[in-house]
Amino acid sequence: MQLVLEKRAERSNTIAMVSPLIAIGLTIVTMVILFAILGKNPLLALHAYFIAPLTDGYSLQEIAVKATPLVMIAIGLSLCYLANAWNIGAEGQFLVGAVAGSWIAVKTQGTDAGAWVLPAMFVLAAAGGALYALIPAICKVKFGASEILTSLMLVYVADLFLDYLVRGPWRDPHGFNFPTTAEFDPVATVPLLIEGGRLHLGSIIALVVVAAAAILLGRTIKGFEIRVVGAAPRAARFGGFNADQLIILTFAVSGALAGLAGIIEVAGPVGHLQPGISPGYGFTAIIVAFLGRLNPLGILIAGLFLALTFIGGEQAQIAMKIPLDVTKVFQGILLFYVLACDSLILYRFKLVFPNRQVARGTA
Amino acid sequence: MLDPTPNGQPSGESPLLRTIGLTKRYGDFLANDSIDIDIWPKEIHALLGENGAGKSTLVKAIYGLIQPSAGEIRWQGQPIALSGPSQARGRGIGMVFQHFSLFDNLTVAENVALGLDGRESFKDMSARLEQVSKTYGLPLDPRREVWQLSVGERQRIEIVRALMQDPKFLILDEPTAVLTPQEADQLFIVLERLKAEGRAILYISHKLDEVKRLCDTATILRGGKKIQTCNPRLETAASLARMMVGSEIKEVKAAAGRRATVPRLVVNDLSLAPAEAHGVRLEHISFELKGGEILGIAGVAGNGQDELFAALSGERLSNDPGTVVIEGIAAGHLSITQRRKLGAAFVPEERLGHGTAPRMKLSENALLTGHAASGMVHHGFIDTAATLKTVDRATETFDVRKAKRDPEAASLSGGNLQKFIVGREILRNPAVLVVSQPTWGVDAGAAAVIRQALLDLATAGAAVLVTSQDLDELAEIADRIAVMFHGRLSAPLATGEATREKLGLLMGGSSLETKEAAHAVGA
Ligand SMILES: Nc1ncnc2c1ncn2[C@@H]1O[C@H](COP(=O)(O)OP(=O)(O)OP(=O)(O)O)[C@@H](O)[C@H]1O
Ligand SMILES: [Mg+2]
Repeated sequence: MQLVLEKRAERSNTIAMVSPLIAIGLTIVTMVILFAILGKNPLLALHAYFIAPLTDGYSLQEIAVKATPLVMIAIGLSLCYLANAWNIGAEGQFLVGAVAGSWIAVKTQGTDAGAWVLPAMFVLAAAGGALYALIPAICKVKFGASEILTSLMLVYVADLFLDYLVRGPWRDPHGFNFPTTAEFDPVATVPLLIEGGRLHLGSIIALVVVAAAAILLGRTIKGFEIRVVGAAPRAARFGGFNADQLIILTFAVSGALAGLAGIIEVAGPVGHLQPGISPGYGFTAIIVAFLGRLNPLGILIAGLFLALTFIGGEQAQIAMKIPLDVTKVFQGILLFYVLACDSLILYRFKLVFPNRQVARGTA
Repeated sequence: MLDPTPNGQPSGESPLLRTIGLTKRYGDFLANDSIDIDIWPKEIHALLGENGAGKSTLVKAIYGLIQPSAGEIRWQGQPIALSGPSQARGRGIGMVFQHFSLFDNLTVAENVALGLDGRESFKDMSARLEQVSKTYGLPLDPRREVWQLSVGERQRIEIVRALMQDPKFLILDEPTAVLTPQEADQLFIVLERLKAEGRAILYISHKLDEVKRLCDTATILRGGKKIQTCNPRLETAASLARMMVGSEIKEVKAAAGRRATVPRLVVNDLSLAPAEAHGVRLEHISFELKGGEILGIAGVAGNGQDELFAALSGERLSNDPGTVVIEGIAAGHLSITQRRKLGAAFVPEERLGHGTAPRMKLSENALLTGHAASGMVHHGFIDTAATLKTVDRATETFDVRKAKRDPEAASLSGGNLQKFIVGREILRNPAVLVVSQPTWGVDAGAAAVIRQALLDLATAGAAVLVTSQDLDELAEIADRIAVMFHGRLSAPLATGEATREKLGLLMGGSSLETKEAAHAVGA
């Protein structure tokens, strides 16, 4: 008996649907082993991770709040990845967007500026994120520089730039020397959906982004262009589609979405600009994009699931003293399994018995 | 006779390979329906059938690439189950595929090494490669990178790679579809020699003359079923075709009254440096193609035909707009989409990956070239019904056989995909059609349909440029034939005057005048 990997003649759509579920299953099995090694009760840990957060309203809102930036960023990334453009630097674009949008909030602080402030912050954040994403895109198109490396390295530039601002020029004078801006004015804050709750307007924006991406990819020629450039570059050129332009476009869109997510996070749940506004949203969103099969609806579900692991991780830390970093381990293992299971879409496992009796046709 | 046909085999001896009731199902679709075939040593056995008859499916099953749904394969009398090609190779079964599987950026030797299962060192392997290629008269330089090679040379790699395994049984899936007549003749010499060495060969081809010349036995498939096994030498090409199709094949007829009108495609002194380091430089190419006219371009592959196609289609742009004029408009600087909007349509020779995105549905592949000018897109939104309609119309007009209404392009048989691609472009009613190798791998019946469609398109007033290595095809449909050699295009000859000898001279690079002059001197 022998296990072989056989190429499928046509990609399996069933597997394409269930492969993320297989990946999640395998991840959970691995986590159970990990918890056992850590000396924690695996069942209690799984409960803390996946069940407890679903049982109270506050955590549910918190999941939606955490899912908002993940989904927005992942949608943008999925456009890049479908077009074979590898934007790994969404974290940096998220931070630059947060900084660009915050600039208006900081400058209008205490000036009773009107309701234009928040929309202006959104626009500036999107523009900032897009411009920042264009750096690796243009380097790729003009000089052939690997966008994977350049976009990733720019994350650290953005991180340090933000750090400089909140420790220097933008530091809150009444902030006891903490590296943070002053709390934003109400006009510079994302409105809540439920009075006294956590859910805010950003979640609605994320849903709109998901719907827009679904229409773009499924119904429009631009979406087709993105898919065909990624799937068959030579045929795409024959179809009249320009891969270089598409790298620029998808990077810009994905940077804009990451930037928008950045300002929504800062002007929403956080309320001011400070270092550490992101627990790695830009990187986790890569997992969300792949777990969601680069499909908008899938990304929405995957975003909620990964948000659950963030919240669950916090609860597990409080309840069972499981280190918060285990959440990152979980996410990493998940990405590994997702990519591994993806090969099942184009290949299948087959058990082969030498000399098996085969059904006989009529001779 | 030293030429044992199955009937000539001593009774009691078993065939080298035998399939019994071999069946392959895709969903409800039977690609192979209970096929029995016997292959004897020292035999060249033809496998014939229309596009989609199931030939490639059958040989893939024999080679272990796909698993049969039912039935049995016996090797030297023993039932075998092959889990993959390496097991088939291990038993002595070799195969040369319809679509090549080579890595462009690797050298010949590296490609061969990747396809071998042995453990010999790279150096030994390279030496053996050179030796095998010399023995069989298939010259290859192991150090060249594949992308620099012509189609014929690439196929040589595949053949040599298969021969290096010393197979007892060699399968060739449409090996001559992409070869020039000269290259094909060379191949036949090799095959005769392999046969003389006692090997068995299974040979898939749509060229019935070849089959009659070369093969001892022929098995005919139709609609996934075996129709008959016969001796092709006792049949005529027409009777073989009848068994394949089940009816007579229509003759291609040029409608009377076809007349050249105004120039629709003009190329003025087009010179273009190659895009790749070892590509062919186009030099001073000029021709004028009128509506109602078909111009054929003959030539050995790799003499600049691909580069010319790219320059005409707009996949490569020229700095001088006037070098390519479509419908009276200077278009050398226009993109392929803009050229399509001017009424041009293009069919490249490579169907998977160039003419179509293999993993996308036919409707999406209709959109690939139809988005510019066929009413498939409104305000940026795709009209899915319109794309499906194109698929249905192409299916109906060109009899594209497929397992469902809108499958992925890669799941179609080679010839059926070709019919779809040609249909997709012809149905747009182009003013100018530039087509490369329109009937590569297409069965005789379908080839007639495609050629007829090209003629009808010209009759309706379009200008048609056909690049083909099949001189008979050009003679059948073209009004004039020009020859491409080393990036230059000869002056076109009227088809009536374009004898094989003249074309052969041009294809070999000598110009007609000097040759005639030489004759005159010699006489
Ligand atoms: N993976 C697949 N899924 C569904 N249908 C398939 C698949 N592979 C082949 N088929 C169908 O099986 C039939 C036989 O295909 P096959 O490639 O064997 O034809 P063929 O005789 O080699 O034709 P050609 O001369 O055009 O190469 C075709 O109708 C094709 O559409
Ligand atoms: Mg075939």
